[in-house]
Amino acid sequence: MSEQKKVSLIAAHGGLDWGYPPFIIASAAAALDMDVQIFFTFYGLTLLKKKIDLKVTPVGNPTMPMKMPFGPKFFQNIDWPIPNFMTGNLPFFDNIATGLMKMTFKKHGVASLEELREVCQDVGVKFIGCQMTMDVFGFKKDEFVDGVEIGGAAMMLEYAVDTDIQLFL
Amino acid sequence: MSDITVTQELDCRGLNCPMPIMKTKKAVDGLSSGDVLKMVATDPGSANDMIAWAKRTGNELVKTEEGNGEFVFFVKKK
Repeated sequence: MSEQKKVSLIAAHGGLDWGYPPFIIASAAAALDMDVQIFFTFYGLTLLKKKIDLKVTPVGNPTMPMKMPFGPKFFQNIDWPIPNFMTGNLPFFDNIATGLMKMTFKKHGVASLEELREVCQDVGVKFIGCQMTMDVFGFKKDEFVDGVEIGGAAMMLEYAVDTDIQLFL
Repeated sequence: MSDITVTQELDCRGLNCPMPIMKTKKAVDGLSSGDVLKMVATDPGSANDMIAWAKRTGNELVKTEEGNGEFVFFVKKK
């Protein structure tokens, strides 16, 4: 086979929804015998915390389907037309949306973020944490899972320049 | 073609992307060249994912069966 392909991902978002793509794409790429590195920056850094505690919000995300993961099939298929002014103002609505999304993911056999992250590390995906964001947000390396290297944009670019796929997620 | 000797079986029913591929990779890593892994999945996406995985890794997708909402793959390690 040709020489090993390389993938460079930048994980910059920390919502429950945006947490999945980096880990899913990275693990799949590693399964396809590719060498993978993820650079975690800004809110993406929260994906490295030992206990991942992410939420999802329908605010500013008007196309997010609002469906119930329980009840009869017809009920589950209803996309509830909840307007943004309500989702933004109802107390704890983000907690409800987060709970529903976790339930929906689990029901569809999607692994948790912690599981997917462990799978990534297991197949040799390299994790780089952004030093600058750590300083700004006050994150310490010992809050992160083991095996995270710390670096900056230059470190990310030095790897990315020779990769075949580069994605900003 | 009909007499495939299965070395190992792997149940990925109920799992969604990317877990069937991940578990297949790990199982195949543990096999010897020429061994055959039988993997069963319910994720419809796994059909095309397995083709892509085999193409990329050089392992051979010897046979694929589909029925009753299940997908059965026979992978021969390169």
